[in-house]
Amino acid sequence: MSKFHVSRRGVLRTGALAGAGLALPTYLRADTGYLNAPTGSSVTLGFNVPQTGPYADEGADELRAFELAVEHLNGEGDGGMLNTFSSKALQGNGILGKKVEFVTGDTQTKSDAARASAKSMIEKDGAIMISGGSSSGVAVAVQGLCQDAGVIFMAGLTHSNDTTGKDKKANGFRHFFNAYMSAAALAPVLQKLYGSDRKAYHLTADYTWGWTQEESIAAATEAMGWETVNKVRTPLAATDFSSYIAPVLNSGADVLVLNHYGGNMVNSLTNAVQFGLREKQVNGKNFEIVVPLYSRLMAKGAGENVKGILGSTNWHWSLQDEASQAFVKSFGTKYGFPPSQAAHTCYAQTLLYADACERAGTFNPCGVVEALEGFEFDGLGNGPTLYRAADHQCFKDVLVVKGKDNPTSEFDLLEVVEVTPRAQVEYAPDHPMFAGGELGSCNPGA
Amino acid sequence: MFGLQKKDTTLLLVVAALALFAPFLLNPFPEGSAMAQFNAGYPDLMQRFVIFGIFAVGFNILFGLTGYLSFGHAAFLGVGSYSAVWMFKLLGYNVIPGIILSVIVAGLFSVVIGYVSLRRSGIYFSILTLAFAQMSYNMAYSVLGNPTSNFNLTNGETGLQVYTSDPQILASAGAPDLPHLFGLTMRSSYQLELGSWLFTFNAGYYLCAVLLLVSFYVAIRIFRSPFGLMLRAVKSNQQRMNYTGLNTRPYTLAAFVISGMYAGLAGGLLSTMDPLAGAERMQWTASGEVVLMTILGGAGTLIGPVLGAGFIKYFENIFSKINEGVLHAWFGFLPDGLENGVIWVVEHFVGPGWHLTLGLLFMLVVTFLPGGLVEGGQKIAALLSRRKSKDTDNRATQSTPAE
Repeated sequence: MSKFHVSRRGVLRTGALAGAGLALPTYLRADTGYLNAPTGSSVTLGFNVPQTGPYADEGADELRAFELAVEHLNGEGDGGMLNTFSSKALQGNGILGKKVEFVTGDTQTKSDAARASAKSMIEKDGAIMISGGSSSGVAVAVQGLCQDAGVIFMAGLTHSNDTTGKDKKANGFRHFFNAYMSAAALAPVLQKLYGSDRKAYHLTADYTWGWTQEESIAAATEAMGWETVNKVRTPLAATDFSSYIAPVLNSGADVLVLNHYGGNMVNSLTNAVQFGLREKQVNGKNFEIVVPLYSRLMAKGAGENVKGILGSTNWHWSLQDEASQAFVKSFGTKYGFPPSQAAHTCYAQTLLYADACERAGTFNPCGVVEALEGFEFDGLGNGPTLYRAADHQCFKDVLVVKGKDNPTSEFDLLEVVEVTPRAQVEYAPDHPMFAGGELGSCNPGA
Repeated sequence: MFGLQKKDTTLLLVVAALALFAPFLLNPFPEGSAMAQFNAGYPDLMQRFVIFGIFAVGFNILFGLTGYLSFGHAAFLGVGSYSAVWMFKLLGYNVIPGIILSVIVAGLFSVVIGYVSLRRSGIYFSILTLAFAQMSYNMAYSVLGNPTSNFNLTNGETGLQVYTSDPQILASAGAPDLPHLFGLTMRSSYQLELGSWLFTFNAGYYLCAVLLLVSFYVAIRIFRSPFGLMLRAVKSNQQRMNYTGLNTRPYTLAAFVISGMYAGLAGGLLSTMDPLAGAERMQWTASGEVVLMTILGGAGTLIGPVLGAGFIKYFENIFSKINEGVLHAWFGFLPDGLENGVIWVVEHFVGPGWHLTLGLLFMLVVTFLPGGLVEGGQKIAALLSRRKSKDTDNRATQSTPAE
């Protein structure tokens, strides 16, 4: 209780907003002014994660992180990153004194199914916030739903520029980094290691994330002199990529960029290695493979094949700062293995939401939006971080990682090559890759 | 009444009563009780019951009457959804143009697909429709859905949605920013608290329910018409009809188009309730689902498909949400070792494993009640009134499919 990040003006604004919320005509529980206001001694959060489909591994890890976060919010366990979080508003007695409960849903990594399950959590279970997800297509779809319905959406793993670009919404927030940041962090390292005279071939998952990542990586690498030979789209549900790898051999390219994630990446990388791409010499140079968005779960799935392959990641469990250590410790104690980046971002999002409610003094989405916009914090594993008000995107350092050549354990698969400082990955809110959308105004739903 | 026989009037009234009182019937357990998990009376699921009911009733006009098994009806559902969202984007959020256009477009689309597919019958017909539906799905998912191209009809994997920058030329200044019927938003609900029970009456649901009743009425009229009789004849022996010099193709094509329009209506309503259309609703699994609904409820019967749709959607939405935490709460009274054992077993049948439960039930129904849930109902009715058993048997043979 040492420090409150509350200014007089902030209090007045929040109060005014809450007042405006109360003054709205309502027919649903008319005393609160916002949808699903918790009336009893508990508050319900909705965790919408893929339990089936290509991203099921990530989904399972996200769910573990959510359970851990809820435990810590309710004052059970060792507190994890609550102890290192720079904001001390949370006291381990739930949120605003209400015990945190949660319901879960399966997104199936399909926009329709994800919206249906989020809708049922909002309508049936009275969830006041929806979080999670491991696909940008789903994140964009559910974020739109939450905006219309009037609850907060704390995005899980979503890396597409569009989530906080042309599809951004006032009720939606993203802690995870994005494709533009990956490209900005990765390009200098690629130039250093592979030179500035390369020919790249892109294989891209055919949906919003793949498109924006392809666009970002191509733009960043072309700016340093690389040539893009071809861009090929692959269906998200594909499991065999041999037919896409064969043409790479004859294309004259000497770098393969895999804009794939999860099970897609595990399969495409394995296929590429089986075709002997990594032993090939093209244009007098070693053939290289790059996986711009990397995670430990994928590295585990691809096994031997990831050795020496470069990529970027939002967070990695081997980071030595106090917060990451605390999180890895409490996650490891509960589940017996270290958390993935998907787990980390979901845990952080839950804490950030809870903290925002606590600082705003209400669960009203408009109050929460107010509290999160422009919020600067530290101690959640990524160093000093800013929730930018203009697009609800977090800005923090980005990690460039490489598949370890000599892993010491089954979890020790990636090594951090470089920590790219926040300043290098920042961009203007109206950057062409992000332009076109409108945040709109917060919707309290009633 | 309405030109119906007494029996059909009763059926229509029963369906009307069920639809009207669904918010009560589906919420039998008080809020906050342990059984509240099984309540289904929230707007999203009630809307789905009714919308997929319409879809299955339409499918039954083709499959139940003519015996042509289409594996591609989801394509019409998807086309209907996209049409409705396009109306929201271009004209505004009033639902009327969207619903009308979705029926028309799905009708035109089914004329094209039906004209080609109906040149074959049996398994070849099924494969043709499946191929067309998968083709439409892939087109919607990838070819017609790339935001970077100039011709972005479906917005690919993200799904087609309405942006603030869309023209919406008919939208008046004060109109709600959500699908609405002359100002009444589909999302708006009235909640009634009675003791510890909470009942939700949703505007969107009642719009769907009214359309279900209209669809159901039309289906009854088709079933009882000379046209319907002709379709049944196609089912029992199409060859013989051809030998007598009768061209059956116009009849089957008409049935195909009618059921395609029903699917389009269902798709349009889906978009009306939630203005985002994703390509997945055109996938073959969605086509398979409506076949399951129809067979599970009772193909060729009037009420069967509606029951089947409700049954499957209930499982999909309620059983899939029972997670480990809920199970621990249920079996907490057992000793620890036993509790974990029981949970380990049950876990595979709920949550993500709900398909397993549904599969088992489907097998049981198909094995022991080939006429679907309707046959089950008839058997129970027969057991209850032995004296009238002869009567019921007659009715059973009437509504059981000929093959």
